[in-house]
Amino acid sequence: MLGLNLTLREASAALREGKVSATELCQRCLAFIKETSVVNAYITVREAGALQQAEAADKRHRRGQALGPLDGIPVAVKDNFSTAGIETTCASKMLKGYIPPFNATVVQKLLDQGAVLLGKTNLDEFAMGCGSTDGIFGPVRNPWSYSQQYREKSAQRGHISDEGSDWVITGGSSGGSAAAVSAFTCFAALGSDTGGSTRNPAAHCGIVGFKPTYGLLSRHGLIPLVNSMDVPGILTRCVDDTALILGILAGHDPKDSTTVQEPFQPFTLPSSIDVSKLCVGIPKEYHAPGLSRETVALWTKAADLLENAGAKVMEVSLPHTCHSIVCYHVLCAAEVASNMARFDGLQYGHRCDVDSSTEAMYAATRREGFNDVVRGRILSGTFFLLKENYERYFLKAQKVRRLIAEDFVKVFCSGVDLLLTPTTLSDATQFREFIKEDNRTRSAQEDIFTQSANMAGLPAVTLPAALSARGLPLGLQFIGRAFYEQQLLTVAKWLEKQVNFPVLQWQGVVDKEHLILQHNKLTSLP
Amino acid sequence: MWTLSCAARLRPYAILRRSLTTSSGSERQGASPGRTCTVPQIPTWQPAQESQLFKKTTVTMEMIDHLEHLALVDFRNQEGVQRLGKAIQFADELHGVDTTGVEPLVSVLEDRCLCLQDDEVVRGSYAELLLANAQQKIEEYFVAPPGNIALAKVNGYKFS
Repeated sequence: MLGLNLTLREASAALREGKVSATELCQRCLAFIKETSVVNAYITVREAGALQQAEAADKRHRRGQALGPLDGIPVAVKDNFSTAGIETTCASKMLKGYIPPFNATVVQKLLDQGAVLLGKTNLDEFAMGCGSTDGIFGPVRNPWSYSQQYREKSAQRGHISDEGSDWVITGGSSGGSAAAVSAFTCFAALGSDTGGSTRNPAAHCGIVGFKPTYGLLSRHGLIPLVNSMDVPGILTRCVDDTALILGILAGHDPKDSTTVQEPFQPFTLPSSIDVSKLCVGIPKEYHAPGLSRETVALWTKAADLLENAGAKVMEVSLPHTCHSIVCYHVLCAAEVASNMARFDGLQYGHRCDVDSSTEAMYAATRREGFNDVVRGRILSGTFFLLKENYERYFLKAQKVRRLIAEDFVKVFCSGVDLLLTPTTLSDATQFREFIKEDNRTRSAQEDIFTQSANMAGLPAVTLPAALSARGLPLGLQFIGRAFYEQQLLTVAKWLEKQVNFPVLQWQGVVDKEHLILQHNKLTSLP
Repeated sequence: MWTLSCAARLRPYAILRRSLTTSSGSERQGASPGRTCTVPQIPTWQPAQESQLFKKTTVTMEMIDHLEHLALVDFRNQEGVQRLGKAIQFADELHGVDTTGVEPLVSVLEDRCLCLQDDEVVRGSYAELLLANAQQKIEEYFVAPPGNIALAKVNGYKFS
């Protein structure tokens, strides 16, 4: 029997060759979603709808009329993409019960290819966060918390928790999508990426997370956070799968005027890759305060691998990097304040009981509907947009944004093809540690290496490169030139082949006795 | 204002190489001997110190009132007010950046034409679908409470 830990392309081949049926694949994914429910990756699981889709895919496969490589492949979608007839909550009370009347363009494209939509995945409320800990459906738990690798390392270090409270966060805000792919409950997932929300959880969950160039993928139906930076993100278990999904999703959409009009040519990545003609930049400012020793070592190793393979690896400077996260903080809050104005209780979503006046109803609805993080960003955004502050904060941030974007332009103009950086400062933090700092502080730490690609609109991909001493994934990021996704993903695939990242050995929730037994066994070893 | 640490500014190869040779060998397996390391082995900048920050912006009660009215969300408690203070303080670091003569960047696609649709109706008659999510409606109308009533300060949403 085929395991679920196949890549999307392997599963696709198995479907095509009749080794497995779409229905069987779907049933097994649904069963595994139940088995791994501790992870809390899904907000909505659509069992009946998914099985119906799978049956239809099987019929097409039997008739030899499969729609393409995605036909019958189980996928998951972050719960901030509109899905017709399927509740879309943004993990907020404000949208609980909201059933969109239409599909987001990227969702429609997946469905048109026969992809089986298993469900909607968990996130931080309105995608505001970097831990997937701040939504109304509770935090997402990193599947690696329940891996043999992490358990064994914890046991070796004598860290056996009494309450099983040593689980680590997934990162965020697309933590549900990352956990779903990482835990083998689906073959690919959609996330969104405003400041790193796809790449951050992908790095912490040991999978590939891709942020396309701004304007390549349609945002129509993605509930907006920061319009000038949001992009749909792709999460898969290998780089080839990302290229495949990208080929299906990319292209101009009349419903999103910010998608570019040039036709997109889908590509597959070569199996033998030559990096010797490549010039890779190492932005020195990405050794930021707080970068873990392990991550530095891994980053160094990857740079050496590229150099040994003949690539030119050179230090470059992006001098405004240290201002980037502050700039992002201001622009994000300002656009959030503007975007969140649509949630007033009148047309959709939560509505309070107050009916003394329209304004009182708005205010009470928003008080009840939004969490502290969302309210905080709305209020600070409103502050930055006040007439007396507009120039001092908002325009100032937009000016700094230009300096940041120009830093990249200068480096790429100097002959550098792409940049190699860490994705996060370190491996994933335990939940109980993570919540000791507030959302803003955490975002400033977690998004430090990722948000600048959003500010400049550049494509970026993170891939899992090694396990840390704690047995948790560490990711590395490549940032490419705008619309050079083929080159970016080709190099990412090359590095993926070199690092040979281990497969998650799912152990599940183990009772305390078993762990202590295992611990004793380990300590008694000579 | 962020400052580059002195050590980083000088790129002290001597220090760098010493730290490399003393660090555990396993971390440097990939490098061939004698090659300088491209990846900086120490942080190249440090976060701004409190003292370097600009004058603290004070959040007045009038400001709080004003923001709550504009945003139609409330601070709820003192913690919410403190959160705003910290967010402003964080943003104030931007004032250390020289942006003389720099134009604001509104969109990364600024050098491209925005593709607009022709101004004609291509979709429509979705009234039923669109009304389906409203909590209160009459026929084809969303129902709102009476308008033209200024938000009262004591309607329960105000921070006190």
